[in-house]
Amino acid sequence: MTRRIPLLATLTVAVCTAWPAVAQNATAPVTAIRNATILTVTKGTIEKGTIVIRNGRIATVGANIDVPRGATEIDATGLYVMPGIIDAHSHIAVDGSVNELSLSVTAMVGIEDVLNPDDIDIYRGLAGGVTTANVLHGSGNAIGGKNAVIKLRWGKEARALLFEGALPGIKFALGENPKRASASPNAGAERRYPTTRMGVIDVIREAFVEARAYQGRWRGYDAAVKAGDRTAVAPARDLALEPLVEILEGKRLVHAHSYRADEILQLLRLAEEFKFKVATLQHVLEGYKVADEIAKHGAGGSTFSDWWGYKFEVVDAIPYNAALMTDRGVLVSINSDSAEEHRHLNQEAAKTMKYGGLSEEQALKLITLNPATQLGIDKRVGSIEVGKDADLVLYTAHPLSVYAIPQQVLIDGVVYFDRAKDLQARDTRAKAKQALKDKEKAGAAPARSTPTETTPKVETTPRVEGDR
Amino acid sequence: MNRSRLPLSCLTALTAVSLLAVCPPQAGAQGARTIAITGARINTVSGPVIENGTVVIADGRILSVGAGAPVPAGAEVIDGTGLEVTPGFFDAMSQVGLTEISAVNATNDITETGPYNPQIDAATAVHPATDHIPVARANGVTHAVAVPGLAAGGPGGANAPVIGGQASAFHLDGWTIEEMLINRSVGMVVNWPSLRTRVRDPQTFAFRSRPFREAKDEQAKQTRELARWITDARDYRAARSKGADRIDRNLKLEALAPYVAGERPWLLQATTERDIRDAVAFFVDTHKQKIVLVGADEAWKVAPLLAEKKVPVILGPTQALPGSDDDPYDATMAAPAVLHKAGVTFALSTYTSSDVRNLPYEIGTAVGFGLPREAAVRAITLTPAQLLGLDGSLGSIEPGKVANLVVTRGDPLEIRSTVTHVFVKGVPVSLESRHTQLYERYKNRPRPAAAGTK
Repeated sequence: MTRRIPLLATLTVAVCTAWPAVAQNATAPVTAIRNATILTVTKGTIEKGTIVIRNGRIATVGANIDVPRGATEIDATGLYVMPGIIDAHSHIAVDGSVNELSLSVTAMVGIEDVLNPDDIDIYRGLAGGVTTANVLHGSGNAIGGKNAVIKLRWGKEARALLFEGALPGIKFALGENPKRASASPNAGAERRYPTTRMGVIDVIREAFVEARAYQGRWRGYDAAVKAGDRTAVAPARDLALEPLVEILEGKRLVHAHSYRADEILQLLRLAEEFKFKVATLQHVLEGYKVADEIAKHGAGGSTFSDWWGYKFEVVDAIPYNAALMTDRGVLVSINSDSAEEHRHLNQEAAKTMKYGGLSEEQALKLITLNPATQLGIDKRVGSIEVGKDADLVLYTAHPLSVYAIPQQVLIDGVVYFDRAKDLQARDTRAKAKQALKDKEKAGAAPARSTPTETTPKVETTPRVEGDR
Repeated sequence: MNRSRLPLSCLTALTAVSLLAVCPPQAGAQGARTIAITGARINTVSGPVIENGTVVIADGRILSVGAGAPVPAGAEVIDGTGLEVTPGFFDAMSQVGLTEISAVNATNDITETGPYNPQIDAATAVHPATDHIPVARANGVTHAVAVPGLAAGGPGGANAPVIGGQASAFHLDGWTIEEMLINRSVGMVVNWPSLRTRVRDPQTFAFRSRPFREAKDEQAKQTRELARWITDARDYRAARSKGADRIDRNLKLEALAPYVAGERPWLLQATTERDIRDAVAFFVDTHKQKIVLVGADEAWKVAPLLAEKKVPVILGPTQALPGSDDDPYDATMAAPAVLHKAGVTFALSTYTSSDVRNLPYEIGTAVGFGLPREAAVRAITLTPAQLLGLDGSLGSIEPGKVANLVVTRGDPLEIRSTVTHVFVKGVPVSLESRHTQLYERYKNRPRPAAAGTK
């Protein structure tokens, strides 16, 4: 089957092999963060600690560490350092719609094709301490498109955002969204199947029945070739079914948008019927009702801290969800699903201490190590340990405090966000923008032949047209 | 400590009857009580913080407060050691009681149809038994204003009214709206006719564009109409005061009368810098109206103007995205600090129902960006009360004021702090909600039998 693993995998391999090559460069930069309170997430808190970063990875971490000669030093006196936040549900950096809504199964499309590295929400998230995001297709379809796990390397081109080696995944969706509960179809237009939860599960089941048959055709072909049959004809490739076969073979993660306990169970049972595992249940606001079942299946839960009251299927949403699922052995993360919410996921994690009494370490894990594990990138990110990527956030106060704000954010040991520099640059940027506006105005003036004000005089301040 | 006893009575009742039974309101149920909280840190807001102080509550009001305030004989005593007492939080621009589940339209009573509805008031539609009240209260929000007719997503939205109706203030406890009501009409909602051409349709979440000329014409028409409403309401009031029986009653003009006379503020929503300038010019400079600027996303861009004109602002959440890609990333989070430094009087509100419980954290977020902590507490207690004319009875811990209080173990603005007591009108209210009830029920779901014991 390897020959049919598409371009994505090939590229990933290429990038992966390039990675250690950089790491072996003896002249690679060394950075040392000194005098910080280090929240390692896996190995407790280190007071007045030092982190030495070499080649983008954490080389050493501890309290009494010598700073290598020639290292660039970051004085973190009074600051807290924690691993970069990992947002397991995001829609940032996407050019245009996140929903390919024309079909109920759109496994052939992928976010990777529409990554937009200029989206300002990348920078805003970075400034909120997020270093990795799972960018998902929307929830409009029972089986949506493929995801892209990215690092928030602001300023790099689209390909360079991709998290090298992250397991590929895909979006599934249950409940109100795929049945288009709130969509009002055009008059006379036929409604798309499915429109009930029965239909949603059927769409997924039909798709896997097809995927099994497709997989069988390829297996037959592979066996024939292996047996020396030179007349064997390869089956036609089906780009919608290939990702589903990858799911059946454990090569692609299912991230399933879900709310109600009953629909969660339905999907888990369907997955068990086809012998695959659901990697994460997304939102999963009633996960607390079936936490034992979720834990037994082995799915992760990626949820909101305290959203409720916005649609009927969240009528039983409670902020205790993360704590209750954690208590029953579910691997839980707190996600944003929002370009706004991801700017303060540290606060959202703190809410699980308030609602359900998680410990500080458990709370921090919800936005670092746990989402890393859910996405299969925990060997690389999610905690401050030797050998892991130097994806770090320097906070002005303990990150579980509402008063904490990120001062600096590093990805692969490189400072991608620096609040001091951001503040310094504001004047320059404002002036540059004004200069552009003036230039535009000057250029546009002669072309304007009609007076701007032809409507009756309104009691407002005079202004030029704009804000279109 | 008496602390555990207070919510417990409610808890026990719940377990006995039904887990999802709504915890009954406390107001009036237990009559006049005298309660003293001793040895606590007291954020009076109107005066300095009192360390190791005592607050005495009697007959629903604050009887005394101070380091050496005497505890009356027979008072219930709450040992406040390690606790902080703060005025109950006030969400002055909310939708509490007007919506249950926002996507289910049948549960929404926020915006009436038609462009000019000064005659309607929110109190008429506030649902006293909403699940949102106990949820908000459990985090220390003791009173709120329900605001009707605020254009969703800012002015210029689809079908946004110009005059949206009267906002009503009420306590977050009571069996009926009559028991809860503070004031039926604390502000008149007006959505400034915006010149924005890119408007969000709340139904589809999609943006649509309209020609600038269309926006301009619409603004010209609506501002003419607004000016007419103002003069008509003035004339109406003058005429009625002279010879009431000769002038037919007009409910719209009657509702507007105290507002155009400057007795109460318009809640003037304008979002962008240009709209704010235009709206202030119209209402303040031209028509000499009393206003509170609301939903003012870009108030931080015009802070000097607002300070100069003494226009107060009720900001929206700090946890919101900046309006433009070119704005500083922290524009919304730093906005309170910017206004504070410029000398603008401001409060902060959530503008929602389900998020009211996050009010203290929303303003807490601004502290990291330079807002002094005392100013942060003031922005969700005393200032909103002052802006809506309620500071005679609410907003600070002073003798004679209504005893709406929140008691916390830890900083009241911090998420990790615990709310131990909430007092509404001097009565300790339940901290139970639909959320805690579901939590208790499912926490106690029997665990699966261990392997081998089946």
